[in-house]
This record gives sequence, C-alpha cells and structure tokens, in this order.
Amino acid sequence: MNIEPAPDDGVVLEFEDEEIDVLRSWVEQLLGLIAPSREISDDPLAALVGLETTRDRPDDPALQRLFPDGYSDDEAAAADFRRYTEHDLRRTKSEKAAVVLNSLDGFTGGDALLALDADQARAWLGCLNDLRLVLGTRLDITDEADADAWPEDDDPRAAATFAYHWLTYVQGTLVEAMTPRHP
Amino acid sequence: MAPVSMAPPEVDRPDTDRLTDALVDTERPWMTMVWNDPVNLMTYVTFVFQDYFGYDVDKATRLMMQVHEEGRSVVSNGTREEMERDVTAMHGYGLWATMLQDK
Repeated sequence: MNIEPAPDDGVVLEFEDEEIDVLRSWVEQLLGLIAPSREISDDPLAALVGLETTRDRPDDPALQRLFPDGYSDDEAAAADFRRYTEHDLRRTKSEKAAVVLNSLDGFTGGDALLALDADQARAWLGCLNDLRLVLGTRLDITDEADADAWPEDDDPRAAATFAYHWLTYVQGTLVEAMTPRHP
Repeated sequence: MAPVSMAPPEVDRPDTDRLTDALVDTERPWMTMVWNDPVNLMTYVTFVFQDYFGYDVDKATRLMMQVHEEGRSVVSNGTREEMERDVTAMHGYGLWATMLQDK
C-alpha cells in the first residue's frame, strides 16, 4: 500500500490485489450497515424531503457511534435532531462508501495505480474513518491501550483487529497525503 | 486518541417558557463541543478542523490537543441553527460532537 499526493489536491493510490479484495469486503459490509432505511414516513411531504419517522437512537452500538446524539442534555431535542439529520447522514456516508467501491473497481490488478481527485480522496478519507469507527466499536476499543493491542493468533477477533490496524495505517497515510494542501 | 471515553455530562437547564427561551437564545450563543474518542486519529481530527471550519493549522492543532488531553473542546459557536449545521457536519466526518447552550 502506498499513497502519494497528486496535482489539484488529488492522490495516487497503490494497493496489492489482496488488499483491494479485503478493502472491498469491509466497505461492502459497511454499506450494508449504514444504507438508509426504506421506511420513509407516510407523510408525503416528509417523504419528499427524505424525512424518516424514526426518532429513536439505534440499538447497534456501532450505529450509535456513527450517528450520535446531537444534544447531550436534551432528549427531546436529540430525538428531533436525529429525525432531521440521520437519514441524510446515512445517505452521504453511503455515497462515500460507493465512491470507494467504484474506485476499487478501477484497479486493473498487478501494480496498477489509481488516481483520485480531491472529492474522491475526501470520500475515501471519510469512509475509512467510518469503517474504523465500526470496527473499533465491534472490537471494544475504548482507550489507547486497546487501540494499540495486538490479538493472539487464535483470537477469533484477529482478522478484524488486523483490519482495524491496517485501516488505521491506510487512513493515516491518506491524511498525510492530503494535509499539505491545507496549511 | 487519549484513554478517555466519557459520556457527555448532564447539563442543567432551567425550565423556562418558550418565549423566554427564544429571548435567551439570542443572548446566550450555542456551542459545538467535540468529544474525545479512542479511534479518531489526531491527524484526521486536525484535518477536519481545517477542512470544515477553515481554521489555520495552529488553531486546528490546538483544538485537537484540547480534545485529546482534556476530553473535549468547544470548536465553534453561534446560533442554534448554525450549531446544528456544524454538529451534523462533524457527525458526517465521524467526529463525536454535541451542541449545547453557553451558560
């Protein structure tokens, strides 16, 4: 894996075939988790603007982390905030994941490079972060010691833990490639 | 980031009628608070503060370090509508943010 800055705030990615397969698999799972619900309100006006009827906090801790309460001190305001924002957030996060999947399809294999423009690079950055938030929640990473820990080989969570660390490395490299343009 | 994973504390808000609330809204600005979490990279949080708020690298880094070391930082303030926009944007980036009214 290598990521280099490119002109016009773009980046150039280089991945091994196996890395592309692993990344595609994780992003597809993320997309399955965050895709907007099809249950749109019966209210035609609400449906028109994409408002969901749900005001409830999701049960899944990973979804709670991706779509946190907007108010920490006001349950009613938090419920309203969720009603007005969660659907759009799910859509924009899904769109970022779709951008990543589309770019992965552009890899032709071997030592192929892939150029991302500035918008695509941003989508990648956000998607990698969402993926790490989900894996971090699933792996119960609650402090820096957890984040730095490596599992034993027979740990059933070894694959997810390895993916988390690898995604951390990829995202860190991508941020670095994108940062010089924002002095 | 840092080994702090605390829930946002309860903030007492007095019960007031809507008219008073509306008046108070204009006098006491709202704030966007970003909370520490163990997953988001320090470099990414700094990037987000520069990218979304347009803060220079010094200010973005200072706010990031405050989140990292003190567990939270106020990253913007303004009207309730403006803060709802900022909090939504932070959630879009994957940062843990809430809004509250200045007391």
